[in-house]
Amino acid sequence: MAMTVHCDIVSAEKAIFSGLVELVVAHGKLGDLGVAPGHAPLLTQLNPGPVRVIRQGGQEEVYYVSGGMLEVQPSLVTVLADTALRADDMDEAAAQQAAEDARRHLNNQSAEINYSSAAVQLAEAMAQLRTIQALRKKMGK
Amino acid sequence: MAGAKEIRSKIASVKNTQKITSAMQLVAASKMRKAQDRMAASKPYAEKIREVVRHLANSNPEYRHAYMVNRDVKRVGVVVISTDRGLCGGLNINLFKQVINLSKEWKAQGAELEMALIGSKAVSFFKSVGGKVVATRTGLGDYPSVEDLIGSVKVMLNAFDEGRIDRLYIVYNEFVNTMTQKPVARQLLPLEASDDPAYKHRWDYIYEPEAKEILDFLLVRFIESQVYQGVVENNACEQAARMVAMKSATDNAGNLIKELQLIYNKARQAAITQEISEIVGGAAAV
Repeated sequence: MAMTVHCDIVSAEKAIFSGLVELVVAHGKLGDLGVAPGHAPLLTQLNPGPVRVIRQGGQEEVYYVSGGMLEVQPSLVTVLADTALRADDMDEAAAQQAAEDARRHLNNQSAEINYSSAAVQLAEAMAQLRTIQALRKKMGK
Repeated sequence: MAGAKEIRSKIASVKNTQKITSAMQLVAASKMRKAQDRMAASKPYAEKIREVVRHLANSNPEYRHAYMVNRDVKRVGVVVISTDRGLCGGLNINLFKQVINLSKEWKAQGAELEMALIGSKAVSFFKSVGGKVVATRTGLGDYPSVEDLIGSVKVMLNAFDEGRIDRLYIVYNEFVNTMTQKPVARQLLPLEASDDPAYKHRWDYIYEPEAKEILDFLLVRFIESQVYQGVVENNACEQAARMVAMKSATDNAGNLIKELQLIYNKARQAAITQEISEIVGGAAAV
């Protein structure tokens, strides 16, 4: 039986993979690398690309990551995956957008119409109610 | 039979309202369960990244990242996470009180607040109350993603890098249980160094590329994941608070209906009694 090491692939939004693996192949910043059990402790950035894991028993699985981090500890391999496509200029644009939103919200002095938001909520609640009623009817039949 | 019709229509309208509130309660209950799942799903990443950051900080004592250095505090940044919608009891108000307390505390020490607001309730509240707002993000919906938060977080991180703020807090509701949500203010930056002996490893990583670069890369993601966690947790709180608020609204409507029904029955009875006595009186006179 081949040697295995525990591997976790996690993103900020969810845990993607967890289990024993024989090999992890990832697209590192300085080149592709394969991590087998007993690999030296390593920390590297990942480029966007697939992360291939060979599970215990030889079954292969492929996950796509849009960047992130690969961490190898003596008994544990962790991939910290980014969920979003990242680039410095894109981050900057998002930051400007957020600041711009703030200005717009604050300059917009017209009284915030709570009525409209209340009406939307009411309409939503009514729609949900109708759905529930429809479901009930279906269940009753 | 004076007023009977009015009472009946009132009962009907209260019943309609009750239907809405009980529907909202059911919806909130199911959304809360999903939000709790998301909360649990985002935990491993945050924990992992914290471990790595701690390890890095301990194994590279000569390199102190700007995010780990305590500076004199002249301005304080706060990320305020509120909900987008109302009808969730005192959830948001309690949170804003926390922010105002924080602001008072720092004002006493001569520091001003800069805020990044997430959620439209915070935006409308601080618009009327005042305060320096540098970034907002609204309309995250029930499925927030990290991508949506990058902008507002980046504004704060940039401000920290440029020295416009010297400390960064995050204020959100902590999910204790369904009945209890606690507004908390956590310090994000500078990172509190830990002297946990568990991180004094004997081994060190091979870094690809430099340790410095990796630390820069990791810290940004760490802060983002903390903010994301706050958003997800606040979302679970919102649904829980709404569920409770709507449950009590439904109960209140039920009580109201009972009372109105009683009044209606009395009125009807009084009308009948009066009619009978009139007839009897009329018959006696003949």
